[in-house]
Amino acid sequence: MSAVSNLGTNLDDLYREIILDHYRSPRNRGELESPPAIRVEGFNPLCGDEIVVYLDVENGVLKNIKMVGSGCSISQSSASLMSAAVKGKPLDQVRETIATFKQLMTVQEATLAHDGEAPKVDVRALGELAALQGVIKFPVRIKCATLSWNTLVQGLDQLD
Amino acid sequence: MTSFNAKRVRADIPQLSRVVFDRPITYLDTASTSLQPNAVIDAMSRYYQLRHANVHRAVYQTASEATAAYEGSREAVARFINAPGGANEIVFTKNATESFNLLAKSWGAKNLKSGDVVLVTEMEHHANIVPWFQLREQTGVEVRFIPVTDDFRLDLSQIDELMRGVKLLSVTGMSNVLGTINPIRELAAIAHGHGALMAVDGAQSVAHSLTDVAALDIDFLIFTGHKMLGPTGIGVFWTREDILDSMPPFLGGGGMIADVRTDGYVPADGPTRFEAGTPPIAEAVGLSAAVSYLEGLGMINVTPYEHALASDALMRLALEFEGRVRVIGPYDMTDRGGVISLDVEGVHPHDVAQVLDQFGVCVRPGHHCAKPLMRRFGLAATVRASYGPYSMVKDTDVLIEALGHAVKMFG
Repeated sequence: MSAVSNLGTNLDDLYREIILDHYRSPRNRGELESPPAIRVEGFNPLCGDEIVVYLDVENGVLKNIKMVGSGCSISQSSASLMSAAVKGKPLDQVRETIATFKQLMTVQEATLAHDGEAPKVDVRALGELAALQGVIKFPVRIKCATLSWNTLVQGLDQLD
Repeated sequence: MTSFNAKRVRADIPQLSRVVFDRPITYLDTASTSLQPNAVIDAMSRYYQLRHANVHRAVYQTASEATAAYEGSREAVARFINAPGGANEIVFTKNATESFNLLAKSWGAKNLKSGDVVLVTEMEHHANIVPWFQLREQTGVEVRFIPVTDDFRLDLSQIDELMRGVKLLSVTGMSNVLGTINPIRELAAIAHGHGALMAVDGAQSVAHSLTDVAALDIDFLIFTGHKMLGPTGIGVFWTREDILDSMPPFLGGGGMIADVRTDGYVPADGPTRFEAGTPPIAEAVGLSAAVSYLEGLGMINVTPYEHALASDALMRLALEFEGRVRVIGPYDMTDRGGVISLDVEGVHPHDVAQVLDQFGVCVRPGHHCAKPLMRRFGLAATVRASYGPYSMVKDTDVLIEALGHAVKMFG
């Protein structure tokens, strides 16, 4: 039946196996003592998703990251994937990953603006995070995927 | 099922012929907004094509036709709810939310003082909560809540105590989350027994059951056009003529005045006092057509039909998912309508709704503008399926099929 195959294709783009895995078994869940850790809250008032991110930064390196929160599979798996991608990395590399991820999430608008020529996002540099690129086909879910990232940015801003 | 012919209603609604993701649309979001029959869409088109003009102003032919159509809509709405004073008691607003703001900011600000109590319920929409909090900031009025029981009904066991100091009891006719239908006539009697007035949020109830303000013996009724097969952009505020005449103006501007001088103004009499600026004329025409359409169906036929649909859905959800899908609302169909909120174990409402979308199923995930109620039951959100006179058992078939897929996918 075409309806079923169509259904599979569309939804599989969004709910990749990696995403469901991170949703079912989120990485870096928990809290850090704050202070010394930075504690920052993110909230999506439209759907009620919430997240608290704890950052332990030492000598320009994000030594540890922990998170607690609740929300849909996209917001929670994105947070988990993010934590795995940035943990233990120097801050400039963390900022680079954030920039690349944000570019991935805005690629659709950018594509429209550039007459169909997609800007280059180095998907390989994103590793597992690339699993989230299917989200851009579902524009209302982009804010779910970016919640934890915006929260992380807020936390890093507190360092400055 | 009754002899009610939903197939014919369905044929009147063009949007129900849409195909989404290779599937016919399954519309189960009537509690959010209903779909419109051609009678409503055509009436609005014809108005814009042939007789659009501003109302209450010019003397030319089309302007008098537009005025007649606008005022005619007031009469149709008055008849629909059996307003004893007729069209003079019907104020058109933008939506039910604006009607509640009119109630709080005009009647409330004039009649309620510090220490007076507005009693609402834990199952109210934010529209019947936030304007009272805003009034509290201004006047020091107390906002009190009737609790909801574990089986999703109003807990009236302490009602006499709760009524102490109450000047207004303001309650929804039907919860937009639970589907619970509240005992309005009984509550109105309690309110009046304590010297308070009774307001009803009819946004959910007027399109699904016969509403007779005189028989209910209530003092205010608020509802909106777009949840009763009418257009967006028009709401209704009804109160008895003597109360309306005592209420100070709300929004100021053109249309609501009798006279304006350089040293002040005199407000107009009647409903127009509360209708500043050019009103929603085409929307009033559409609302009038929606009222006629619903009267044609007969509200006494709509209620048992939707009741049977909801009863069937509740039973099948319980059988099919054996507890993995929990209904946030009564299973008992007594005093219950076709709004069914679901909590799918282990699956976030947004993910459920996303999967359902791929089956062409339109449902609403979220807190449904009822956050105190969500908190009461420890939930952030639910998935809500809601029925209308154009709904059919086959809509429930697709809902269950799609829910099964969601449960499997995240299981």
